[in-house]
Amino acid sequence: MPNDVFVVAEHLKNKLSDVTFEMLGKGREIADACGGKLVAVVLGSGTKDLAAQLGVADSVISVDDPALEHFSPEAYRIVLSSVVKDRQPKLTLIANTSMGMDLAAPLSAELNIPLVAYCKGLSADSGNVSVTSQLYAGKVDVESSITSAQAIISVLAGSFAGDAGRSERTPSIEEVRPSTSLNDLRVKFRRLVEPEPSDVDITKEEKLVSIGRGIQSQDNIALAEELAAALGGAISASRPIIDNGWLPKSRQVGKSGMSVKPKLYLTLGISGAPEHVEGMKDAATIIAVNTDPRAPIFDIADYAVVGDLFDIVPALTERIKGAKG
Amino acid sequence: MKILVPMKQVPDLVEELEIDSSGKRLNRDFLKFKLNEFDEHALEEALLLKEQHGGEVVVVTLDMAEADNLLFTAIAKGADKIFKIPGNCDEGIDCHSAAQMFATAAKSIGFDLILTGVQAADDRDGQVGMLLAAFLGLPHVSVVTGLSLEGASAIVHKEYAGGVMAEFEVVLPAVFGIQAARHTPRYAPVSKVRQAWKTSKIETVDGGTVPASNGSVVNRMFKPESGKRAELIEGSPDDVAGKIVDLLKSRGLL
Amino acid sequence: MGITKPIVIEKETAVVDGVDISGAWNRMFEQRVIWDYDLRHMEKVTALEGGESLGWCYQCAKCIAVCPVDIVGDYGPRKIFRKLQTGMDLLESSDLWLCTTCMNCLRVCPKEVNMVEIMPAAREQAILDGKAIPDELQKAFDNISKYGNPQGESARKRADWVKDAGVPVNILPTTKKPVDVLWYVGSYPSYHGRGKDAAKAMARILAALGIDFGILAHEEKEDGDSVRLAGEKGLFEMLAEENIKVFNKYRFKKLVVTGPHEYNAFKHEYPKLGGEYDVLHYTQFLAGHLEQLKPLLRKRVSARVTFHDPCYLGRHNGEYVAPRNLLKAIPGIDVVEMFRCKENGYCCGGGGGGMWLDSFSRDFTSERLSERRVREAVEVGADILAVCCPYEVSRFEDAVKSTGHDGKLVVRDILELIDDSMRM
Repeated sequence: MPNDVFVVAEHLKNKLSDVTFEMLGKGREIADACGGKLVAVVLGSGTKDLAAQLGVADSVISVDDPALEHFSPEAYRIVLSSVVKDRQPKLTLIANTSMGMDLAAPLSAELNIPLVAYCKGLSADSGNVSVTSQLYAGKVDVESSITSAQAIISVLAGSFAGDAGRSERTPSIEEVRPSTSLNDLRVKFRRLVEPEPSDVDITKEEKLVSIGRGIQSQDNIALAEELAAALGGAISASRPIIDNGWLPKSRQVGKSGMSVKPKLYLTLGISGAPEHVEGMKDAATIIAVNTDPRAPIFDIADYAVVGDLFDIVPALTERIKGAKG
Repeated sequence: MKILVPMKQVPDLVEELEIDSSGKRLNRDFLKFKLNEFDEHALEEALLLKEQHGGEVVVVTLDMAEADNLLFTAIAKGADKIFKIPGNCDEGIDCHSAAQMFATAAKSIGFDLILTGVQAADDRDGQVGMLLAAFLGLPHVSVVTGLSLEGASAIVHKEYAGGVMAEFEVVLPAVFGIQAARHTPRYAPVSKVRQAWKTSKIETVDGGTVPASNGSVVNRMFKPESGKRAELIEGSPDDVAGKIVDLLKSRGLL
Repeated sequence: MGITKPIVIEKETAVVDGVDISGAWNRMFEQRVIWDYDLRHMEKVTALEGGESLGWCYQCAKCIAVCPVDIVGDYGPRKIFRKLQTGMDLLESSDLWLCTTCMNCLRVCPKEVNMVEIMPAAREQAILDGKAIPDELQKAFDNISKYGNPQGESARKRADWVKDAGVPVNILPTTKKPVDVLWYVGSYPSYHGRGKDAAKAMARILAALGIDFGILAHEEKEDGDSVRLAGEKGLFEMLAEENIKVFNKYRFKKLVVTGPHEYNAFKHEYPKLGGEYDVLHYTQFLAGHLEQLKPLLRKRVSARVTFHDPCYLGRHNGEYVAPRNLLKAIPGIDVVEMFRCKENGYCCGGGGGGMWLDSFSRDFTSERLSERRVREAVEVGADILAVCCPYEVSRFEDAVKSTGHDGKLVVRDILELIDDSMRM
């Protein structure tokens, strides 16, 4: 319908991803502002439980088919394409994630509906939709307005509050059959490959607690590890720590180590030599703890804590554990 | 196996990005362009496949800024043919248009497999690779970190969050958005690049005409941060800890 | 490989030139000859332009005693020769990247086996053959070719340090004025935090001396000498051509450089490409103005100072006196020499591309060369380790911390010491 907002639910291993709820919360606001309905779309096999969690939406379109048991770029695109073509929603929100990237752009090209990607801000004013995209590695934001009747928006995870997208309400579920056969497709799902449990790739961690000389001794690393565990991240380090043999080389950030772009980079006792900064300057949020107020790390950090890490880290770990319950 | 690698240039973020007086576009005066780093991984993966299975690697790019250097660098790394799509794109081009031009070019060049970078820093209207796949009506997988060939199919690993990967078997021809090649992209020695400038030829391939509008317009551009970079968090250790927790929550990090 | 077992020769009698010298020594081993070895790998190196002299080695091992890398590891020219005889492919070996081209081996080599030419030639071949380059080095090559500096910083920021110098600095691309001295600042003094300290000090010293000088700001690019020695000759040539083009745009009498590597490039390599200049290292230039400088040095710098000879100023270019004269002119300074100094000065590890191979070399040495050098400075009781190469401040400061001498030894560029002494 012309003013409806569709949200494509994303799930892996029978669990909806956080971004789904973030999109639902935002989608609710936009649908209300446009006078349309909020519709969640779930593709999968045996997804009743998932659909039941989407109560913020006015209704849920559920396409339940064995061929959709696992995400497949081809099968999901075919089904989603026919749903969007059929229902003509004003906006279709798709997560700008690995799965979403295989849906949003192809759908836009196939259906000739404009796409605005990397959305971190979305608003609607008397039906006019404005999208803020985070581009150029976060250095420039671009605000676009939609000039056509329909649009696809691909939404960056973490952009909107997830709470507004959760509800105890049971949504009305509409079962829809795939309009075309999903047999003999060109993309076949084979299996999921789980990461090796001990294998930490710091370039892929979203949260890093990074330690430098200020940690003083190998024994103190446990403090940082505890903080990282509480945050749900991993620890990395600047070169001296690696050189001392306190952590393996795979944990090194900087010129001679890894370049990382986590969502959170929290430094403990790192002064911020250019060799280090080179490897972490693109982190989304940088919080630096250092005793020296003139440490160059503060030139690049978003938040600066001038103080002793041995005081701050235990307090912080405690608080985070508390906050998570 | 003919592997086509469409490459695109993006503003070099080493230079401070300035927004021009219209407030709607980047100031082109100080803008420097460089090859999209993910495209560099796509090329590396293509070259590795060629080394394993034979065949040829063909690179195509749009006519703008450092296009020639980009193409000759590809030759120095081991690409076999290089194409440029004429039509001055120095003023910038959206991804839908770029993908349509690549699609037209790809059809006339011919290919068995297309590898592109997974994304680029300026993909406001979507990622070129996946748009290209749709324009060509080809199967696609994005965020690929592992790729091998088995007969007429490719086995790819697609990366999800938290290190989980999905393995797909894809019938070729197909388009893959490469997140990372198996190795660090190789180095092109300057003497080889210079040699390529002297001895290799850039071929021209038509990208057709593209529609002017993509259904959305840019209202304004702005820099997200304002004022001084680091904001001081002060107080007792416990105060500081509390403030950091609030901050993490507000940024969706907790 | 074609090594055969030595054949035992036993004879009843031995007659040499008609004289019977029979005895117990009749039992002897047949001499093994060099063609017992598979020389493919050796010839791969000696066939390279610049690689020839490796074949001249006669295994006397004088080089091993002075090789700075062998002192902290197991590497040296003689050993390279031996390993090539016994099957090592240098182009595939980690040994390819360990030489810092410090030239101490050549100084003592009776056969003039020249690693300063051999290693760059072998590295260049490896790079052209597409062999793996250590990541850190590849990143430096990439940055230098894209941005003109190893840090990968914007060229537009190259002269950002000027605004904190406290004295006016003539930016030649803006003023286009003819000057007496064109000061080539260099990448590390332009971008590195501690390097900038030296650049600012230099600007103040030149201003205090009333020198008519200018800098090239964003038009200046990495000189390329270390890139050349690390095997990227094509990149060196490109940089040299671009720098020469820029130098030729401006009128100046002398070219003064902050770094010994630039000095070496401009003095010996750029002329081959058509760029001939009257070039001086800053220590030479300032030592030439010692009489004007002395009255300005009023503040005592009471410290025991030891000086580290940069390989590319000392051994490569024979300048040992100018930096010492400058140090001695600073009131209060007590100059002490380290055990290895002047012609036998120990290498900091940064030359020949070593600046961008630290984490690579780390796996093949028991400690960094810079760490070893810091220990030597501490041994002679120095408070200050004085340097005059922009590579060294950061290298030695790191080493001071990692060897646990933080607070005991301070690393200062001679420029900073002079600047300190000029401030009342």
